[in-house]
Amino acid sequence: MDEVTVRLGIQELIGDYAERIDEDRLEEWPDLFTDPCRYLVISRANFAAGLRQGVMYAASRGMLLDRVFSLRRANIYEPHRYRHIVGPIRLKATEDAAAVVHSNFLAVRIMHDGATTLFASGLYLDRINTSTIPYRFSERIVVLDSEKIDTLLAIPL
Amino acid sequence: MSQSGPTAEPRVTWPSNGISEVPFRLYTDAAQYQREQERLFKGPTWNYLCLAVELAKPGDYVATTVGETAVIVVRDAAGAINAFVNRCAHRGNLLCLERAGHLKEFSCIYHGWTYDLTGQLMGVAFEHGVKRQGGMPPEFRKDEHRLLRLRTAELGGLIFGTFSDAAPELETYLGPDVTRGLLRVMNRTPVLLGRSTQVMPNNWKLYFENVKDTYHASILHLFLTTFRINRLSMPGGIYINRDGGNHYSYAKLDYAAEDADYKAAALRADSEFQLQDRSVVESVDEYGDSVSVQILTVFPGMVLQQVRNTIAVRVVRPRGVDKCELEWIHLGFDTDDEAMTERRLRQGNLIGAAGYISMEDGCVGGFVQRALQYNDEGAGLVMMGGHEAESQTFRASEAAIRGFWKHYRALLGE
Repeated sequence: MDEVTVRLGIQELIGDYAERIDEDRLEEWPDLFTDPCRYLVISRANFAAGLRQGVMYAASRGMLLDRVFSLRRANIYEPHRYRHIVGPIRLKATEDAAAVVHSNFLAVRIMHDGATTLFASGLYLDRINTSTIPYRFSERIVVLDSEKIDTLLAIPL
Repeated sequence: MSQSGPTAEPRVTWPSNGISEVPFRLYTDAAQYQREQERLFKGPTWNYLCLAVELAKPGDYVATTVGETAVIVVRDAAGAINAFVNRCAHRGNLLCLERAGHLKEFSCIYHGWTYDLTGQLMGVAFEHGVKRQGGMPPEFRKDEHRLLRLRTAELGGLIFGTFSDAAPELETYLGPDVTRGLLRVMNRTPVLLGRSTQVMPNNWKLYFENVKDTYHASILHLFLTTFRINRLSMPGGIYINRDGGNHYSYAKLDYAAEDADYKAAALRADSEFQLQDRSVVESVDEYGDSVSVQILTVFPGMVLQQVRNTIAVRVVRPRGVDKCELEWIHLGFDTDDEAMTERRLRQGNLIGAAGYISMEDGCVGGFVQRALQYNDEGAGLVMMGGHEAESQTFRASEAAIRGFWKHYRALLGE
């Protein structure tokens, strides 16, 4: 497959990811991952030090779904949503059935009363399965620039 | 955010001599906040500083805070652990800016004064002037100047410090029950798995009380009941030390019965309120005593947590009357194999800023703080389970919160 096609497939996946979260279609969010997969939200400081514990971790599509079900059914938090702004998408390497992709993101948090803040910034470190169409994340590591999280992290980043 | 500036009435009025009615102004009064810094955090209390394993070699240091006060902890050439304020004796500049590191001596960037690893002043740039002009006066003696020191103590691989000579020895301070509870969890050499900080829009005490509140857990945190996980938990209890400020609560679980129950439920395919992937709660009884939850506090700001196989130290750091930071220090142990580490990481979803059974604690204090905004007359009630702060064999109780206020009132002189 030519590189432009691969790049378009990657761009579509990354855009779809932000759209499903920002439009509160969280039940469709796990479908963007392979099963098993690796989804990890971790601070830059931990990641750079080789530490493995972040603030969210899933190793399967089931774990991603459980995160959504927990938010919908069990957890108590003030209603809010995000607006993701995803920056330059860098294709770092391609293999037979996978692509290594880095991109920057900003996540703005809009509370139910309209209070709007820059909630998180960071880097998506992706390993994308390109063997089937549409593409799917086999790994998405969300590296947060700051290790501080305001109040709580409910909706995935 | 507080309506009470430093010039407001100097004392918060308690409705009685008891500890089961707590004035709301304690959470909003800026003068009260100042007194807490002096009498609690700088008073006769022990505060968590760092892990001993962070100071493996002489010269390893950690810069942290006790209350709002910047502090350095360092292992010296003789292997002893020293702690002192992170403030140059000359002009008060911060000596260490990085969170942790390694050095041979402390050197102030401002005027180059240097200190050895015990905090003793060793060097003063241009002490004798330049070309015999200037310099320190003849009576100035370096050996009379050092960094203001904290006492330190180590227990279970955790380093604590106190500003006060009046604080009893650490284990006496904790009391026998809380000492036992701490050593139960910290029975191996800890390994750092990661850390994170939650910034909370509330007075620090609202979080610390929440941790001592064994009444709210099954009401505010619905994850375990929604997914029908904690059905087989067994009664536990609360231990509170004599001064009241330190406690631990625990609950047991029949791990084997939980596993059997899950397998039976899976056969019924009753899926709507079942976890899709149960590895987030798949636990082993690593202490061999069936205790699945143990929450321990050390007054005024440390928490040691065992929730199933997640182990964490949490430190509550006041950052103004209506803001605090909660640092999570996630631990494993040197005996863990890869399966155990992976188990801890998966269960890590239960706790922390995004934790299924902890995220609510990040916002509920903020809700209280908002409700108290220009609305802080009167007192809240903490009389569940009585009016005293005694150890109890049940957990539907606010006894540990009353213990906090017992110790608090004693140290504040209120």
